[in-house]
Amino acid sequence: MDSPPASRLPSILDAHADDILSEWIARLRSGGADDRISEVERERQASGFLQRMIEAIRASGVADIEGPAFEPLREMLSDISRSRAMQGFSPTESALFVFSLKQPLFHRLGLAWGKDAEGLARDVWAVTLLIDALGLRMMEAWQKTREEVIIRQQQEIAELSTPVVKLWQGILALPLIGTLDSSRTQVVMENLLESIVQHEADIAIIDITGVPTVDTLVAQHLLKTVAAARLMGADCIISGIRPQIAQTMVHLGVELNVISKANLSDAFALALRRIGRAVVRTKSPVPVMGTAHGE
Amino acid sequence: MASDVGDRIPILKLGDALLVTIQVDMHDRLALALEDDLTNRIVQTSAKGVLIDISALEIVDSFIGRTLASIAQIARVLDAETVVVGMRPAVAITLVELGLSLPGVRTALNAERGMALIRTHRADELDADPDGDAA
Amino acid sequence: MATPRSTLQIRTSEDIVRVRQEVRARAIEAGLGLVDQTKIVTAASELARNTLEYGRGGEARLEMLQDHGRRGLRIVFEDRGPGIPDIDQALRDGFTTGKGMGLGLGGARRLCNEFNIVSAPGEGTRITIARWK
Repeated sequence: MDSPPASRLPSILDAHADDILSEWIARLRSGGADDRISEVERERQASGFLQRMIEAIRASGVADIEGPAFEPLREMLSDISRSRAMQGFSPTESALFVFSLKQPLFHRLGLAWGKDAEGLARDVWAVTLLIDALGLRMMEAWQKTREEVIIRQQQEIAELSTPVVKLWQGILALPLIGTLDSSRTQVVMENLLESIVQHEADIAIIDITGVPTVDTLVAQHLLKTVAAARLMGADCIISGIRPQIAQTMVHLGVELNVISKANLSDAFALALRRIGRAVVRTKSPVPVMGTAHGE
Repeated sequence: MASDVGDRIPILKLGDALLVTIQVDMHDRLALALEDDLTNRIVQTSAKGVLIDISALEIVDSFIGRTLASIAQIARVLDAETVVVGMRPAVAITLVELGLSLPGVRTALNAERGMALIRTHRADELDADPDGDAA
Repeated sequence: MATPRSTLQIRTSEDIVRVRQEVRARAIEAGLGLVDQTKIVTAASELARNTLEYGRGGEARLEMLQDHGRRGLRIVFEDRGPGIPDIDQALRDGFTTGKGMGLGLGGARRLCNEFNIVSAPGEGTRITIARWK
């Protein structure tokens, strides 16, 4: 009985690893220098990758890339892919790293099998499956990294843009700047309510001077926040409402329940009055002391 | 039905105010019992204020919300002012989303502020201000 | 992908509390934030009460959800009660046949990402809600 001849890939890899590596690196380099990644780094990645691939194939053959022998290779692939995604490589560029290993391998297989077309076809197919699977894995890891980056950035933006400022004992201000979408508004408002508890604030001023537009959904969020703050025992004042925003709000029936002031300073004056404080003029203005070195 | 001894929410008397701290996840009958008990105690003690601390409550659904609102209304009929204190932000957001804003229920951030609110309310009344509800 | 987790009977008002506690525990497990937890627990409380009062008792089934890395929680409330003749009307705020404020169904819907209701007169009601992280 003839069993099909064994794959020659393992022996090729053992005998010609260095040649394959240098051919692969030459291919990678043919795309030209890239300032996102150094030559040294790229070569280090290629040789590490090939090394792990050889070890994995030696241990379990080419078929089982989900198996334990391929674990170090899979891990390295994810690492490379992650760093490429962070460095701003496109998914195609990232995957090309793996796919460009095909040619050197095919070339060696061709030499090894010579005229035995059947054996060559079988080994080419096996290598294709392997490299394709690795390439797809690379794409997946790339995409996952990008998603993580996007989520992290969204959170950062949401948090960065929501400073709750204490103006006085019991008075908080939330100066909103930029476009408010629904999800950002939600984060901002939750933040404000938490701060009210933290600072035991009686009054919170929501200043929307820096907000270009308020759509109905956002206006509703603002209103809901005012209502929620009231349930907690604090009052809100909305200040800095632009003319067209005022119109939106009136059309929503907002003007009924919300205390609003034209600007932050009027709102602050009202807030001070509410907590029984007043700003009084001292005899003469005191000059502001500055230092040459900042802080 | 297992109805243990602690199956009622204690009501404390503090000066001429009644103080209730809700610390358990109330089932509906417990909420109704609280309404009954408070009504009776207001009449018994001629309390002028009711302070309900809900800072331990992780949710207020429409039933509990409605109970709080009726307690406030009943108390008002009996000449006592109700203040609900300590509602958590997440609870407040959810109640608003649910469509419940508890009109007619006074609120304060904590028990201390709540007591102060009850006191000023009494003081305002004693001043015989015909228009008790300033803007 | 959904993993069935637990089934809770709803027969008494204490059971509503039990539903709340179980939903809270699962919501934490699904990684929901505090506000989202509170929303789904409150919605579950409303619907469990509905099941008890209008459906003459029933059950709540909790499932953990997983979809492309997103996690969530689904709860199915089912009863064999009289059913709801006019669902649109029942969802409207202020509509009530019982002693609530009529916020139960419509309110619960606003607190969830997914809300689905199947009901036929005489056959009972099944309401499915879900909240995603």
